[in-house]
Amino acid sequence: MMPMPPTLSSLAGLRSALFATLLTLGWASIAHAGGLVGEHLQWPTLQELLRVLTLRDYNTRVVIVGTTLLGLAAGLTGTFLILRKRALLSDTLSHATLPGIALAFIVMTLLLGDGKHLIGLIAGAAIFAVLGTSSVLLIQRYSRLKNDAALGVVLSVYFGLGIAIMGIATRMASGNAAGLNSFIYGKTASMLFADALLIAITALLAGALCLLFFKEFSLICFDADFAATQGWPVARLDFFMMTLVVVVTVVGLQAVGLILVVALLIIPPSTARFWSRRLSVMLGLSAAFGAASGMIGAGISALMANLPAGAVIVLTAASLFFFSLVFGTTGGLLRMAMERFSLSRKVMRENLLRELYEWQESATQAGEIGSEPLPHAGPRLEELLPRRSWSAHSLKRGLRQMVRNRWMEATDSGRYLFTTAGLELARGVVRKHRLWEAYLITHADTAPGQVDWGADTIEHVLDERIIAELESRLPGLAPQKVPKSPHLLR
Amino acid sequence: MFSLFKSKSETIVEQEPFPIWVNDLTVAYHRKPVLWDVDLTLPEGKLIAVVGPNGAGKSTLIKSILGLVPRATGDVRIYGRSYEAQRRLVGYVPQRESVDWDFPVSAADVVAMGLYGQIGWIKPVSRRHREQAVEELRKVGMEAYADRQISQLSGGQQQRVFLARALAQDARVYFMDEPFAGVDVATEKAIVALLKELKTAGKTCVVVHHDLQTVTAYFDHVVLLNMRVVAAGPVEEVFTEENLKKTYGGKLTLLSQALHKYAQQPVIGKGGTKGEHR
Repeated sequence: MMPMPPTLSSLAGLRSALFATLLTLGWASIAHAGGLVGEHLQWPTLQELLRVLTLRDYNTRVVIVGTTLLGLAAGLTGTFLILRKRALLSDTLSHATLPGIALAFIVMTLLLGDGKHLIGLIAGAAIFAVLGTSSVLLIQRYSRLKNDAALGVVLSVYFGLGIAIMGIATRMASGNAAGLNSFIYGKTASMLFADALLIAITALLAGALCLLFFKEFSLICFDADFAATQGWPVARLDFFMMTLVVVVTVVGLQAVGLILVVALLIIPPSTARFWSRRLSVMLGLSAAFGAASGMIGAGISALMANLPAGAVIVLTAASLFFFSLVFGTTGGLLRMAMERFSLSRKVMRENLLRELYEWQESATQAGEIGSEPLPHAGPRLEELLPRRSWSAHSLKRGLRQMVRNRWMEATDSGRYLFTTAGLELARGVVRKHRLWEAYLITHADTAPGQVDWGADTIEHVLDERIIAELESRLPGLAPQKVPKSPHLLR
Repeated sequence: MFSLFKSKSETIVEQEPFPIWVNDLTVAYHRKPVLWDVDLTLPEGKLIAVVGPNGAGKSTLIKSILGLVPRATGDVRIYGRSYEAQRRLVGYVPQRESVDWDFPVSAADVVAMGLYGQIGWIKPVSRRHREQAVEELRKVGMEAYADRQISQLSGGQQQRVFLARALAQDARVYFMDEPFAGVDVATEKAIVALLKELKTAGKTCVVVHHDLQTVTAYFDHVVLLNMRVVAAGPVEEVFTEENLKKTYGGKLTLLSQALHKYAQQPVIGKGGTKGEHR
């Protein structure tokens, strides 16, 4: 069976992964240019490593548990997000949170004197995430703009607005806006127990709801129209699903930052697609990949003080993604390459067997085509070469393969002969070819002179079932061990 | 001839209710009318083809009956009551291209979706429902592919999965949107056999169809559609050269030109797109 082409969702995942890579590469090269790598990238000592691995630090413990659960929740909700083909909408809504955060900060500073109440900031973020999403929907419904343009417009306008309000917020005399930037780039180090608790509760809730509404969510992701005809409240379920995404996004803002939180939603499910074609398995894998990214990323960041956790978490997710892209069992590149390779080996093998068989067939005597050829007077390599469009190199390799499998043997004079096993195999191949030729002549009105080529391209994929079908349609040929060739052999 | 199938008389609703009754239905996409003043009364237990040129509004007719696209005006009744009240009586086979076949589910999973309404909120698909899904697949000759991921099926096999999902709905009226489009011979035969079976069981099937050659062989009734209903009735009466000419010929260019012009105007009526949830 053919491997699937990369899907839209995995492309979106690729995009996020590339973005994260570029971001970090850029950062690394800047650091390098300043000659700072030696000083600022401190490798951990063995002791520090042990401390982090055993979660001995209270602070590290809080951070790692928090990001792990965040990854888990993002992996679950993200699965439905990409299946609903809304990966980029989540990007837009996460950027749209910025003005909400800045405005919430200003309002709280004016009213309470201190603007840094996490709940207030998150509430502001959530309100603007919803506003941003509704803006996209409104533009899509009432203007001629296409989806991608609508998403782009809303993303940049809200983000620009956020930066502007942020500028005002930082210049306010009374407030202390120092930590606000962490919402853009993420800063796990400042995570408190209360933050981790909030993430944990959200994650468990989101996870439970995803499992509870698994049937409903998968239905509207696959076929919303059909769901509507059955009476499911599609719009409300959609809203509910997007609410889960918004909630996971805003609680993740502080840890990963609003630019990168979308990566945690998109990359784990895209990674999971390379391992399973079952939604339930994919959901579990996606949660596991998300959790692993959060855990490993935060762990590495805790060990190396200068690596920001958000970026490391996303890079960890990206590493898992690239590993799966290459080694994945469903549509992974390596798997696809191997399938292609084994098919081309099979084609070469079958072509060689048939060429040698037909060579011997015509060598035994033109008058007795089809009689059992005796294994004498085989062709040389140079004689086989012009019979097909194969290169000398690949022909040589193919013949070596044949000899190694003991299907052919080479005489001292460089002639190739069948072994008993090889002859048996060749009969099967030739029979398949001739059955198909006969089928083309009798059932597809093809001229006998043309069928060789037609059979040549297709015979390698004929399986037992098709052969049986052919035999039932060609009762005259079925009992013959090797039917005669309908055309003159070369 | 028309009086039977094209009637605005309200009294029809009072009597023995027809499976499908459509009155004065007009549908517009972005204020551009696609269906214009459609009146239809379709009889029970028949195989009914909806035929017409591209852009005639065949799919839109089905979708507006099912409430998937908003109606500008008009009234639709299924067995005498609104569609919302009669959902359980209706099965739907959407166009095959309307979904992403790369979706990570198996053929049996898709068929089980036809049972979701019966299963209800939150409860998972039980073993019994799964067995029923496989049973529906058997009816379309696909039980061997129950666990196959849907992207690995051929186009015809995917179409049969969609049919099995509709069968799982166990409806009295079926709407099928181009089930014969781009399918192999085996699938075409399977669909025809299935339609006959449904008819024998007294079900009503409304099928959007594009192949004029097979209308007479496959269907009892035909609705000739080109933005409006050109003719509707038994195939032998209605499926005439003259009616086909009216449906496919250029006689409607003036109407469509006028409607196009109408659509270019600033807002006349409010053209909502409430039903579009994509």
